[in-house]
Amino acid sequence: MNSMIEVKNLDIQVPGKQLFKNLNFTIPSNKLTCMTGENGVGKTTLVKHILQSFKTKDRRININTTRSKTQYVPQLRNIDDEFPLSIHDFVGLGLRQSNLLWHTKSEKKLLQDIIEKTNLATIENHPLGAASGGEKQRAFLAQALCAEPNLLILDESTASLDTSTKNELLVLIRSLLVEQDITVLFITHDPELIEKYADYVLHLSHLQAELIRKERRE
Amino acid sequence: MLQFDFMRYAFIAGIFISLICGVMGTFVVARQTSFFTHTLSEIGFSGAAFGIFLGISPLLGMIIFTMASALFIGISGDRLSRRESSISLFSGLFIGLGILFLSLSSKQSSYATNILFGSIVGINIGNLYSLIILSVFILIVITLLFRQLAYNSFDVTGSQYNQHLNLLTSIIFLGLLALTISVTSQIIGSLLIFVLLTIPASSAKYYTPSLWKMIFLSTIFSLGGIWIGLYLSYVTNWPVTFFITMIEALIYCSALIYHQLQISKSLLKN
Repeated sequence: MNSMIEVKNLDIQVPGKQLFKNLNFTIPSNKLTCMTGENGVGKTTLVKHILQSFKTKDRRININTTRSKTQYVPQLRNIDDEFPLSIHDFVGLGLRQSNLLWHTKSEKKLLQDIIEKTNLATIENHPLGAASGGEKQRAFLAQALCAEPNLLILDESTASLDTSTKNELLVLIRSLLVEQDITVLFITHDPELIEKYADYVLHLSHLQAELIRKERRE
Repeated sequence: MLQFDFMRYAFIAGIFISLICGVMGTFVVARQTSFFTHTLSEIGFSGAAFGIFLGISPLLGMIIFTMASALFIGISGDRLSRRESSISLFSGLFIGLGILFLSLSSKQSSYATNILFGSIVGINIGNLYSLIILSVFILIVITLLFRQLAYNSFDVTGSQYNQHLNLLTSIIFLGLLALTISVTSQIIGSLLIFVLLTIPASSAKYYTPSLWKMIFLSTIFSLGGIWIGLYLSYVTNWPVTFFITMIEALIYCSALIYHQLQISKSLLKN
């Protein structure tokens, strides 16, 4: 099993609390791993620690990709009803293959492919502020895909969605795993989604982590 | 009307002011920091008064004050500049300081009141050159960093995690904003720069959800307001600031009406 992330002997403290002690785990590459744990166990803190390790060069965390090929989709985003930008332009903010004022031909093609893959083509010219919860999450995912990531970290992306929208999003994410060389780390509380879609579960509790392999019912 | 130098200068200045306000305004509105922009123009007034007090150029005083504030806000985080109480505090404090510097300086203070209310028809060729040079500089920096600035402005949370050197981008943006305000206030006044940096872009976003069209429309709205305002002011002899503000207000009202009509249309369809 190839690993995307390896964590060895990591301790994390926040003021007044020890979150993790002597933490060890690996995240297998090209798989969907769900990270679970009680509220306050430190899931988001751990993820932020992993993201920062690119900069701090923390030897206890080893990631087999670069920072620019790692995309984090945060749980909360300040996009209100009045948010003016179209879905097309919002997704396009993630394009970084060049630094020109305009999008290059290959960038335009990539953007269009991603918009189609994430089922946003029919509404791409609508303002993002007017989109539904599920459409917004697909747009966030699409923006992250513009960076052509190897590692995609989703922080409770399904938390505010209804059952069918949740399942649609996860089906989409699974199809990405097949089509592209991508590893997904998905923070979630949802047992139904884990049962149906996860390859692995990383369960955090009592300062430790445990990686469990899942047999998926396809 | 164009046989007068000062009118020609004013019309040319209008082009450059609209260009920088079109882009910067779109970003300001996206970041929802209109009131911080207002505070920054008051800090600019205070800086100009400080410049007069020290006997250096008021423009330099403004640049020093606004840049220092932008750097301070950039480092201490956006949240501070959004808090209502800190906005009131800074506005009050800097207007107070401005008044102090003005009363301490024995020199004529009409220039400083110009900075508050502006006089676009009062500019000379020197003002025009410094406006053009600094505007071109601002536009070049925006061109080079357009994608970073757009991501940073339109997706504050996303860029915070996924954009390389995002904090530096925020600081550069605030620096550009400080420079925009300093350059333009000495010509059109703090009051008007606040209007031109917020109203055209706020109106444009109701007409189109496309980033480039938004920038284009807000540039046109600024330019239209300035040029028509100049003409009306020439004809009536009333202050140009009044006309520009009125025109921008009308544009904003029509944008709101347009937006409401779009909403009711889509409701009828469903």
